[in-house]
Amino acid sequence: MDYCPHTPEDIAQMQAAIGIGGIEELFADIPQKFRLREIPGMPAALSEQEIWERMKAQSEKNRAPRATLTGAGAYHHFIPAVVNSIVGRAEFYTAYTPYQAEISQGILQAIYEYQTMIASLTGMEIANASMYDGASAMAEAAVLCVRMSNRSKIAVARSVHPQYRRVLQTYLWANGCTLTEIPWLPAGQIDPPALSAALDKETAAVIVQSPNFFGCIEDIGPLADAAHQQGAMLIAGFTDATSLGLLKPAGESGADFVVGEGQSFGNPLNYGGPYLGIFAAREKYLRRIPGRLAGATVDQNGRRGFVLTLQTREQHIRREKATSNICSNEALCALAAGVYLAALGKNLDKLAALNIHKTQYLKRRLLQLEGWREIFSAPVYNEFALACPDARSVNEKLHKEGIVGGYELSKDYPELDNALLFCATEMLSKEDMDRVVEILK
Amino acid sequence: MELLFEISKPGRSAVQVPASDVPTVNLGEAIGAKYLRGDLDLPEVAQIDLVRHYTNLSRRNFGVDLGFYPLGSCTMKYNPKINENIAALPGFTDLHPLAPEAFAQGSLELMYDMQTLLSALFGMTDFTLQPAAGAHGELTGVMMIKKYFEKRGEKRRQILIPDAAHGTNPASGALCGFETVTLRSNAEGGVDLAHLESLMTEDVAALMLTNPNTLGLFERNIEKVAAIVHGRGGLLYGDGANANAYLGKTRPGDLGFDVIQLNLHKTFSTPHGGGGPGSGPVGVGKKLVDFLPVPRVVKNGAAYSLSEDFPDTIGRVRAFYGNFNVIVKACAYLRSLGAEGLRRATEMAVLNANYIQEKLKPHFDLPYDRICMHECVFSGSRRAAETGVHTTDVAKRLIDFGYHPPTIYFPLIVPEAIMIEPTETESKETLDAFCDAMITIAKEAKENPQRVKDAPLSTPVGRLDEVLAARKPDVCWKKS
Repeated sequence: MDYCPHTPEDIAQMQAAIGIGGIEELFADIPQKFRLREIPGMPAALSEQEIWERMKAQSEKNRAPRATLTGAGAYHHFIPAVVNSIVGRAEFYTAYTPYQAEISQGILQAIYEYQTMIASLTGMEIANASMYDGASAMAEAAVLCVRMSNRSKIAVARSVHPQYRRVLQTYLWANGCTLTEIPWLPAGQIDPPALSAALDKETAAVIVQSPNFFGCIEDIGPLADAAHQQGAMLIAGFTDATSLGLLKPAGESGADFVVGEGQSFGNPLNYGGPYLGIFAAREKYLRRIPGRLAGATVDQNGRRGFVLTLQTREQHIRREKATSNICSNEALCALAAGVYLAALGKNLDKLAALNIHKTQYLKRRLLQLEGWREIFSAPVYNEFALACPDARSVNEKLHKEGIVGGYELSKDYPELDNALLFCATEMLSKEDMDRVVEILK
Repeated sequence: MELLFEISKPGRSAVQVPASDVPTVNLGEAIGAKYLRGDLDLPEVAQIDLVRHYTNLSRRNFGVDLGFYPLGSCTMKYNPKINENIAALPGFTDLHPLAPEAFAQGSLELMYDMQTLLSALFGMTDFTLQPAAGAHGELTGVMMIKKYFEKRGEKRRQILIPDAAHGTNPASGALCGFETVTLRSNAEGGVDLAHLESLMTEDVAALMLTNPNTLGLFERNIEKVAAIVHGRGGLLYGDGANANAYLGKTRPGDLGFDVIQLNLHKTFSTPHGGGGPGSGPVGVGKKLVDFLPVPRVVKNGAAYSLSEDFPDTIGRVRAFYGNFNVIVKACAYLRSLGAEGLRRATEMAVLNANYIQEKLKPHFDLPYDRICMHECVFSGSRRAAETGVHTTDVAKRLIDFGYHPPTIYFPLIVPEAIMIEPTETESKETLDAFCDAMITIAKEAKENPQRVKDAPLSTPVGRLDEVLAARKPDVCWKKS
């Protein structure tokens, strides 16, 4: 199956117009010895029905979980029907980046509205049109701080998502910078004296997440002060974006940048992507931040309209002097997030509260199991870490019942042996949670 | 149009949150009052108003499904609907990325198949699917180049980039700490070999080459270019943005490329979503395979798994494994077309571009008059000098004829450039009508230039004041 409309007659007429005797003449610039006669290893074409049947069967090789108890950077939330109805409109999804503003007002206005809602949620003055995902948004913020300060060190809480720290390491290595990891206190929050001791005049930024990878909520204010005292910036991340509906935003506590994963806002789990990198900042950094920005302006008749603005920061104008190399972002995921946030509106705090109720219930029930105990005492949003007698066998039992269990923390933290990180969103019913406890009894 | 915030009214909502089926806790006690936020400033709209708002916004947006979209270098081909349906299968959408591998055999198999098919199609040793977009793939590729030389104990500080290259190339090089050096094009639009000879020292890590280049021209001297770069121990990086020109006709691996990034949202028909999500897989030859990002999908007997066991890896460039759902669509496309369909797509893409080039040549200046590949580039500088009608005016006028304008003012080496990429999914009738519109506009530029300069006249807003937008930035709405 191909999608070319050309009939043999069309091809003949077009060849005649160009003045060639055959299609192969169009490829004359490819040296003869490099021209393929066939594509080794490429299967034959399939009809629409065949591809549907084969790939549907492939999707069914995945096991549909009866319940998912893992968060750890990706969160299972309900997606209201309006979200897919809107992002499924071809006017949106078959468009390119809105370079021609007059015929792209739809996506430009939607992005402007998204930026406004994200800034408000994070407690910042500005937000960009999106980054690739939470991890790359964090890494770009770190690189930005390094460039702005001419310093070469980043301090990151060890309680930041392990994969995010790995991405940070990659980006910082490429820029000749170093990453220092700051331990946590028994409560599960960052260790402030250890942080202060690690900071010096070479530290460009401090990075924390709140809630952090263990679900614990951090006290951002003092951390921002500690960073600022050394002339460093504070980059605050978060785990589940729905927490922003209820928790005090880092922007109100002195963060310079708020970055994180926006998948929770209307985007499916999708086995890891596409997701949505949220990037919000203080206004003074507007001309330095990476990524696209939609801005309001007027046309010659004074009518309000929207354009991609401050493009002189970007690679297609500034080339090697650009603030980043990012070009395509995650516009359609940002559109989904915008529709989701507008649909939930002020009910986002109720949703966040529901996540807390479920989480507290699951935690309480699991703690009734013999030999299970809490690892950290700090308040949590919708994730928490528990120690248990045998983490592997817990997950094996749950997997057998079709349930995605907790995240085994020893994979990234050898000192946290037999520790599981659980997540409870609104998608877990009381019945699901009771069943989990029954299975593990 | 009004903003969401302007139609918001206290007390309305579009969706409700279910009541709790578990005992509720006191939030102040469970979380602590100091961690709770005050006001939540989000819009309050009824569902019907929300749907009308976004539906009306969609009507102010132009996509491939509405009309011809010859945006050069962006490969705006038709996005087959079956691919969307396949990607929406719950087996693919509802799986958590950290679900046990036993739950994810379908997804892992799909990724493994995709890596294998892409390796065959591009003549590379292996692929990573992790990068989220083309520029992210470039960054990943340049990082691997950096690691390669680090491993060899060589300090090479420069990367060569042709003057015609996409801006992402120098930006990606800079983001890895390289100094970028500009390589000149020659009179026929290819690499200036003498200049390459003189720049290619042992301080140069790589040449980043787009082939065909941004003029839509295939590098005839590719063998010599590769020999010069490799002769001094450098690596040849391929920007795969223009891969739609040669699928099934030649393979970058055979041409001497050591690494290449793709744009699945261009070549492999996944919709671009108004600016993403894209997907930017990176293929490597033997020299770089050890440096691929982790995790990598591996096959052990009949089972698939994710492995981090590659000690020389650059690490991760994002969380999880890539834009998986985009990869599903690209895989559906690739397998639908098969060997035969891929070749035909390439042939029709190149035929379409040459047909447009030939039809418009008498009316628009063609700076490099030779057979092009998947796109053609005209210059509007003579028209601008003679009539005052610039390329941007021609582009805006095309909107009135129902077309998305081509890419303009790029590549930078062509003054007043108009870069047209029709793709293979457009019919002869569509191309004829588009060429007629272009010819009409060329006439208007002579006879009634003001009409062209006033365009577009058919859109909800006219030309927008970009200077104002940049001078007094307003990127978030504030209550006045």
